[in-house]
Amino acid sequence: MKKKKPSSGGGLRRPIQKWGWLFLGPITAAFALGFVWPFLQGIYLSLCKFRLIKDAQFIGFGNYLSAFQDASFMHSFWYTAVFAIVSLVLINVLAFTVAYFLTQGIRGSNLYRTVFFMPNLIGGIVLGYIWSMIFDGILSRYSTSILLETKYGFWGLIILMCWQQIGYMMIIYIAGLQAVPEEMLEAARIDGASKSQTLFKVTIPNVMPSITICTFLSLTNGFKLFDQNLALTAGQPFVIQPDGSSIKTTEMLALNIYNTFYGQNTASKGVAQAKAVIFFVLVAGLGLAQLAFTRKREVQQ
Amino acid sequence: MKRKWTALALVAVMLLGLLAGCGGGNSGGSSGNAGGSNSSNAGGNTGSNDASEPAGNNGGDTQQESSGEAAKGSVYWLNFKPEADELLQEVAKMYTDETGVPVKVTTAASGTYESTLTSEMDKSAPPTLFVIGNAPAVKTWADYALDLTGTPIANELNTDAYNLYDESGKLVSIGYCYECYGIIVNVDLLETAGYKVEDIKNFDALKTAAEDIHARAAELGFDAFTSNDMDDSSSWRYTGHMANLEYYYEEQDAGTTWTATPDTLTGAYMDNFKALYDLCVENSTVARTELATGGHDAEAEFKDGKAVFFVQGSWEYGAVSESVPNCTMIPYYCGVDGEEKAGLNCGTENCWAINAMASEDDQKATMDFMVWMVTDPEASEMLTNGVGGFGVMPYKSAATSTNGFLAAANDYAADGCYVMDWATNYQPNVNDYRAALVSALNQYNADPTDANWEAVRTAFVDGWATQAAAAKG
Repeated sequence: MKKKKPSSGGGLRRPIQKWGWLFLGPITAAFALGFVWPFLQGIYLSLCKFRLIKDAQFIGFGNYLSAFQDASFMHSFWYTAVFAIVSLVLINVLAFTVAYFLTQGIRGSNLYRTVFFMPNLIGGIVLGYIWSMIFDGILSRYSTSILLETKYGFWGLIILMCWQQIGYMMIIYIAGLQAVPEEMLEAARIDGASKSQTLFKVTIPNVMPSITICTFLSLTNGFKLFDQNLALTAGQPFVIQPDGSSIKTTEMLALNIYNTFYGQNTASKGVAQAKAVIFFVLVAGLGLAQLAFTRKREVQQ
Repeated sequence: MKRKWTALALVAVMLLGLLAGCGGGNSGGSSGNAGGSNSSNAGGNTGSNDASEPAGNNGGDTQQESSGEAAKGSVYWLNFKPEADELLQEVAKMYTDETGVPVKVTTAASGTYESTLTSEMDKSAPPTLFVIGNAPAVKTWADYALDLTGTPIANELNTDAYNLYDESGKLVSIGYCYECYGIIVNVDLLETAGYKVEDIKNFDALKTAAEDIHARAAELGFDAFTSNDMDDSSSWRYTGHMANLEYYYEEQDAGTTWTATPDTLTGAYMDNFKALYDLCVENSTVARTELATGGHDAEAEFKDGKAVFFVQGSWEYGAVSESVPNCTMIPYYCGVDGEEKAGLNCGTENCWAINAMASEDDQKATMDFMVWMVTDPEASEMLTNGVGGFGVMPYKSAATSTNGFLAAANDYAADGCYVMDWATNYQPNVNDYRAALVSALNQYNADPTDANWEAVRTAFVDGWATQAAAAKG
């Protein structure tokens, strides 16, 4: 009866090596089918002239040239950039503030957390229409409308996004705040740190991982925004240029790409595809840069 | 041990997710392919089925398909009219019950036809029957449309007025209904206010009546025009329909009927467009400053007798005639010389095209289905006069229309009035063009100054040239 008792490490390795593909296979296949393949195809299509995907015709980099020459694309780029930065700052500052107060042991914190989180459950299009009614209910008293002034459209969208996103970011911040070690806070108290010193020197460095995630999310959300933009203003008001073309003053990047794609000109589908690739590079680049930047400030416990 | 189980559970969840994904895809595919696979079975099975015919009959619906020759091919109709969806599903079912040919009708949501069509055409089972409704669409989709010249369905037409051809003269699509638009009038209310619809034969008469009714609205209990919202659900009544008067009279001046989008407009009739537009928004239930984001229900206002005039089209007849039986439609009177002889705006964007990429069996099945729709008494009656129906079908054996507004259009024509054709169908880059116009009109409504009207004119006239050039690109 000399039966070798398998050690748990060595005994598991062989089956894992043998059957690993079974475990990795499904997710790899799903990822390839759902992401990698469409992505590569998208890049290929941006180099084509096409109406339907199945009869795409390769034309090289002309689409990229047209995309960069398109004034509306550049306008929407800068508009989106400003929007993303403003919303990033506002959402995170407010979400952190709310989270901070809701971790101070106020009565009914749970109820507040739920209430603040709720707006996040409503879809973007619905939100856009609801808020356009709210804004117009107010603005119509002054005989104007959110569709008539670029600044109303801009701040309207900021308010909408804050309302929707603060609750979500708040949840992440609350989790971060609750993970700050009690001993550390106690030590700070004993050392005589003031409340603001504790906040800036102890709490914030400790919730840096949450800040990383939240800034990443709100930055990319700001750039990728589509539904709310479409439903709230759809680019209105336009500035009608003397030559008859128009600049959609509140049109963001994603909406610009969409509008380009469904224009009548069949060549424009390729241009829209090129814009989408540029858009991806931009969002991915910004996201990575921002990650690298905030990662440096994280403290490891 | 615990960790292993957790890992296993996770893998199970992932696998399930994947299977669910595949399953969904498969079921979608099979419903789309149902016709295709059945038709191939039909060919192989007929021989063996002959012997066991009784068994086949007992088998139910699916077996029935393979017995008749009609079971070859299937129909997939990508419908353009959301209001007709329910009716079409019913008609499709009727046809399947009668012949065993599977008919699938999918409706694109309002305003999304182009995008839905684009994605559907790329699928492995694309629509066999779809809509190519105007010149720009012909430009985009003509390559995918079968030439309908001399086909059975083309031979059933009683007019070729609604046919669309591409540059090479190929018959790309044929009208399955036509419509008219103008100003719907509640005749009884108009009489209560002291005016007769017969007397309104030009812009001055319309203006006098509308302004008087609006001034006495509180006393009368109703207003002149229904609300004129400029949101997406309503702005097309002005940027699409009312704008047509400008295009039409320009066509008349040039002595032609457009067959392609002209490169430029002259804008010669912009003042007439302005006059009628101003009349509508100034004398309405809702102030012009509140139109930008909409939220008013013009149809309900008209049905409830809150207003006399309603800028709309013949497809509204079914909806309004029940509440307002004594209603009719008058032309866009806008102050043009000789407009006493104006008729309604008649035309269509509803034109059938058969997918050239579909299999021959599917094309044949689609053609048979189309012919059946316009010849079968019951089906054509439902399609013509049913709720959400087409109003009229321009085919020899189709049912007679009971639509009062189309009857009004015919009366005008019979009186020798000129029919205003739908030049608006040639609007270049239509979504962008109209969006710019809506934005400019919103500014103008908020502050109706000459400067703001200039922006409307720029969007209307110069915007046309810009978009026409862009659409060519």
